[in-house]
Amino acid sequence: MLTQVSTVAKRPRTGRWLAAAAGLTMSLAATLPAKAADTIKVGILHSLSGTMAISETTLKDMMLMLIDEQNKKGGLLGKKLEPVVVDPASNWPLFAEKARELISKDHVAVVFGCWTSVSRKSVLPVFKELNSILFYPVQFEGEESERNVFYTGAAPNQQAIPAVDYLMSKDGGAVKRWVLEGTDYVYPRTTNKILEAYLKSKGVKDDDILINYTPFGFSDWQTEVSKIKTFGSAGKKTAVVSTINGDANVPFYKELGNQGIKATDIPVVAFSVGEEELAGLDTKPLVGHLAAWNYFESIKTPANAAFIKRWHAFIKNDKRTTNDPMEAHYIGFNMWVKAVEKVGSTDPNKVIAALPGIKVPNLTGGVSEMLPNHYITKPVYIGEVRGDGQFNVVWKTKGLVPGDEWSDYLPGSRDLKADWVTLKCGNYNTVTKKCGGQGS
Amino acid sequence: MRILSAVSFAVLLSLTVLAGSLAASSAASAQGAGLEQGLQKFTTDDFSDTSEGIGAVAASGNPRAADILGALQDGRLMFDAASKTVFIKTAAGAVVNAATGRPAMLPDSADNVRLNNRLRGALDAVMGTLTLLSPDPAKRLDAAQAVFKSRDPKTLPALGTALAREKNSRIRRVLQEARAAAILSSDGADDAAKVAAIAMIRDRGDQDSLALLQSLPKDSPANVREAASAAVARIGRSLEMWSLLQNAWYGLSLGSVLLLAAIGLAITFGVMGVINMAHGEMVMLGAYVTFVVQQVIRAYDPSLFGYSLIVAIPLAFVVTGAAGVLIERSIIRFLYGRPLETLLATWGLSLILQQLVRTIFGPTNKDVGNPSWMSGAFDLGGMTITYNRLWIIVFAMIVFVALLAMLRFIRLGLEMRAVTQNRAMAAAMGIRTARIDALTFGLGSGIAGIAGVALSQIDNVSPNLGQGYIIDSFLVVVFGGVGNLWGTLVGALTLGVANKFLEPFAGAVLGKIAILVFIILFIQKRPRGMFALKGRAVEA
Amino acid sequence: MSNAFRLTRLLDRGAAIFLVLLGAFAIAMPALNLLVPASSPLHVSTYLVALFGKYICYAILALSIDLIWGYAGILSLGHGAFFALGGYAMGMYLMRQIGARGVYANPVLPDFMVFLNWHALPVYWYGFDWFPYAALMVVLAPGALAYVFGWFAFRSRVTGVYLSIITQAMTFALMLGFFRNNFGFGGNNGLTDFKDILGFNVQAETTRNALLVCSCIALALAFLVCRFIVTSKFGKVLVAIRDAESRARFLGYRVESYKLFVFVVSACMAGIAGALYVPQVGIINPGEFAPGNSIEAVIWVAVGGRGTLTGAVLGAILVNYAKTYFTSGILAPYWLFMLGALFIGVTLLLPRGIVGSIKYGLDRRADTRAAALEEDTRDDVAPVAAE
Repeated sequence: MLTQVSTVAKRPRTGRWLAAAAGLTMSLAATLPAKAADTIKVGILHSLSGTMAISETTLKDMMLMLIDEQNKKGGLLGKKLEPVVVDPASNWPLFAEKARELISKDHVAVVFGCWTSVSRKSVLPVFKELNSILFYPVQFEGEESERNVFYTGAAPNQQAIPAVDYLMSKDGGAVKRWVLEGTDYVYPRTTNKILEAYLKSKGVKDDDILINYTPFGFSDWQTEVSKIKTFGSAGKKTAVVSTINGDANVPFYKELGNQGIKATDIPVVAFSVGEEELAGLDTKPLVGHLAAWNYFESIKTPANAAFIKRWHAFIKNDKRTTNDPMEAHYIGFNMWVKAVEKVGSTDPNKVIAALPGIKVPNLTGGVSEMLPNHYITKPVYIGEVRGDGQFNVVWKTKGLVPGDEWSDYLPGSRDLKADWVTLKCGNYNTVTKKCGGQGS
Repeated sequence: MRILSAVSFAVLLSLTVLAGSLAASSAASAQGAGLEQGLQKFTTDDFSDTSEGIGAVAASGNPRAADILGALQDGRLMFDAASKTVFIKTAAGAVVNAATGRPAMLPDSADNVRLNNRLRGALDAVMGTLTLLSPDPAKRLDAAQAVFKSRDPKTLPALGTALAREKNSRIRRVLQEARAAAILSSDGADDAAKVAAIAMIRDRGDQDSLALLQSLPKDSPANVREAASAAVARIGRSLEMWSLLQNAWYGLSLGSVLLLAAIGLAITFGVMGVINMAHGEMVMLGAYVTFVVQQVIRAYDPSLFGYSLIVAIPLAFVVTGAAGVLIERSIIRFLYGRPLETLLATWGLSLILQQLVRTIFGPTNKDVGNPSWMSGAFDLGGMTITYNRLWIIVFAMIVFVALLAMLRFIRLGLEMRAVTQNRAMAAAMGIRTARIDALTFGLGSGIAGIAGVALSQIDNVSPNLGQGYIIDSFLVVVFGGVGNLWGTLVGALTLGVANKFLEPFAGAVLGKIAILVFIILFIQKRPRGMFALKGRAVEA
Repeated sequence: MSNAFRLTRLLDRGAAIFLVLLGAFAIAMPALNLLVPASSPLHVSTYLVALFGKYICYAILALSIDLIWGYAGILSLGHGAFFALGGYAMGMYLMRQIGARGVYANPVLPDFMVFLNWHALPVYWYGFDWFPYAALMVVLAPGALAYVFGWFAFRSRVTGVYLSIITQAMTFALMLGFFRNNFGFGGNNGLTDFKDILGFNVQAETTRNALLVCSCIALALAFLVCRFIVTSKFGKVLVAIRDAESRARFLGYRVESYKLFVFVVSACMAGIAGALYVPQVGIINPGEFAPGNSIEAVIWVAVGGRGTLTGAVLGAILVNYAKTYFTSGILAPYWLFMLGALFIGVTLLLPRGIVGSIKYGLDRRADTRAAALEEDTRDDVAPVAAE
């Protein structure tokens, strides 16, 4: 039996076990660096591998550029900024682990990161527990306001609702019939719920709204596109509101183009398709389809021109595009720098308190402000796809739109309000006059 | 009228003038003034001004109008706000002054005249009426289709003129339909004419006709309404019939994509027994080869773009085939007889390949263009058939037949079959089994590579491309029966068609789940797939 | 066979050392985290506690895979599904514990149901506010799925690669299903923002340590269960089935019953691992069903050593530690190269895995020595990984 044999083998085996254990402990200890006091560390939490790398890698590069520029300007509070890059590999539990690593092991002052809502949701408890700051740069469904998170992407009222307004206007084609086409996850579901309620409040009937969901990474769009075509042949001007997620867009647009659905017949307005996504497409058959964003690379302002030039120089490639989430990081980073300078410290509590009210210029000629609900004010632009993969701005809001954290069009959130300055609450119920979620 | 509003007045003007100018050439000075005024409107960069400008230019009756509006349509019309001049960039790249047609220098401050969808729609309609008499039949057909879509009663005189001259029966037909559409939208036409128009539209019978008939005003006379609703019902019925065929076509198309993705695996996994998790990455490599080929062609001779895929196919086969041979020699050959461990090693390999491509080409999607013969669609009865899908089906069949023929008729194929059926005997007969192993794996990988060329036409070209197909590919091979190419063919087509018939009822997600559950249950019934290999090697 | 002999067979030297080390670890980690001041070099950060809590759960999953793959030759590439189901059962319990502290302050409905306009709690959520029920479901849900799946598959004699592929299909189908928001499991976002477990705050340091200790205990128990199975007569039959299934069947063993039993036990074990995993990482979402995750878990076992229980545990911890280590800092963009190379390297150079190779070496040495002493009375050799 084994026991008899292992008497002979006893010493070496135990020794190896112990050695292995000791080695593991030592290497763990080695990974804990001494606290460096001469730099301010900035965490960058974007996936560099896996399915989300396609979108997030660019944001990592953008953060490196912003940090580099700040250092060339002399750093912050007399110290250099030091980026700490980790790769959460598009894996949600790994996001939480890496967030914890950044905060408690690397002692970063702030984290810029996440793309999908689920990644943000998975790191949220970590940021609350360890009291740090996260800047989140992507458009999302809203319905959240947390003390430790600053949302520099668009809320639904800063993207979806203006886009629908535009399509209902005479210039947009006076659309009467709507297809809400989305990938089956929380952002499209919520946005479509909000849009459905909004459209109904504008007198659109149930029959004139078609809601359809497809799985992630869907690539065979033949049936869906022909469904849209059929729905569009009811004699009323029809438009598609697309919340299709990144990867599935290219085959979707290819199918649209091939089946000959032109923007003049059935325009498609998308909330997740920007310059970066179009870079993978021949856009000539798609000219005229729309996207709603808070920033377009084609917007002509001196700030934007300089920004694009610096980006090209930094990335050493003149063909790389800029896009909306990159601008969001630009705004968020500058806001954080300004807040840190204002309080003269990177202490999270002080910076969190100082951030609301901070104003920084955005790249499109306006000045964005951090609001008490931790959302920012943004202009909304509607762009039409051009033949060269850029967008042609056809409409914009008059001023800047403040982000609305709790949608007025959802029954559950209608009465909620977030205010971290006076109420110190992310979900204050204006009817019961109570701050929810704080224990009953 | 939805699309036309601001410019409809101008269109009317244009047509009267156009008709007039056909009878007798009118005062050239008036034309010049109208054109000049219209062009001025293009220099303010404002959509409503541009809209008026389009109307004015069209109305001017100036022979340059078609050129100018054509340039605007193609995004070649430039303006300079400072000097208030408008330029045309010709397709060849030269610049001319729009008003005079003389060559000009483009100022640095010049910018494109911008359009939005509303203007684009209006422009299509105006261009349609302007080109109804074009000498080029293709242009006339497009023009007639554009006018049909515009459904503008004010185009009736122009349609009349065009119909009187048109000899081509196909274009005549569209012109008549366009006239019917215009009649249906006009208030002046009498009921009998409208009923006749409805019959004309009903015979057209596509979705545009349906849209047109359903948009008739509710207060039309009873007989018109009845005729319309009868026509709508009839079109609806026939479209439903066609939609069955259309679904079958979609299924065939999906099936051919699955076949392409799986057929390489049918060799490496089915014939050799290597669980090749890096198969998807071979497909991805093929797609990237296509990208590189297109980049090179774009850089050196864009006129050859139409041949890019023809060039890419052999190249992708060679590149991925060579990669396959390399993989077989360096990794797989040490793992024969341990199929489950090939799974682990090739999984590691797939991670490496993905990250390698990500490091070299960047993580973002790459633009792989469709050559013109791969884009667009044509109508077959009530079905829309897109060229890219059609070619992919054809291509999948060619690959399948070629592979079968190769295994059947060529010496290498014979040796491959010999080695996989009885290695020891094959070696005894003097076949160099190691070499055959490497070539077989290379063949499977090479076929995955050419599948990548085809898939680059319909899907994302990104490092994740292969991941989306790997599970489906395995399921197809297992469902069809390992070691049997016919099984793979039937399996792929069955799954494709089943999926597409389920999708309209169950939705894309549930349809897919249903297919997966079906496969799981099917494997219980026939544990070795549809076409199981018969033989004594039951527990090989 | 005397009880003492049975015990020594259950706990051979390696197993005993493993359990002692595990016990020491389970005591040392909380002690160094909670009792030693943060300034001391011996202090273990909460980060490490959370990290190892996660690894231990992975180790349980690896054990469950090793039990069926290493000893019964069933390669399941869908074990992540059982892990995730256990996780969802626990996640549902944790969601119900939030109660009115959700952002919408709805006492019954979880947040994601409120803002997607659900009006009532779906029936299958009933009972999950009661811990014993949830705990039962942690075992029952994966167990039942494994029973149904296994009953079909083993009865039809679906084996080898075919079985592996359909387990992939199973986890893929479940992933697609759980991604659907209509299924009522929170869609892509899954279940998150947990507050309490059994009345303790999940984010408190003490709770984390307690969860780590619980995970260690679960690992020890799982290890003992596996040990018990593989050292029993039942285990010998399993190995026989692994090595020559038809022969075992011809000898009169009901192969499918043996396989089904061990498959269900393994699935329950994976479910428990998932349940312990969820409160420690704070989220469960359909990504856990991803086919790639299941394949990765198999690779942990291969790295550590298929057919050696300690190897499975070691492999899970090592590979995940490597993942943690390589995904930070300058190596971040290249970590997939290293991970990939590790998998290839292990299969090519260490086909028995780390522990398997060590064991093999030792056994061989023992063999030669025993042969030299002419005392070869052994009736058994350690299972060898290669087929």
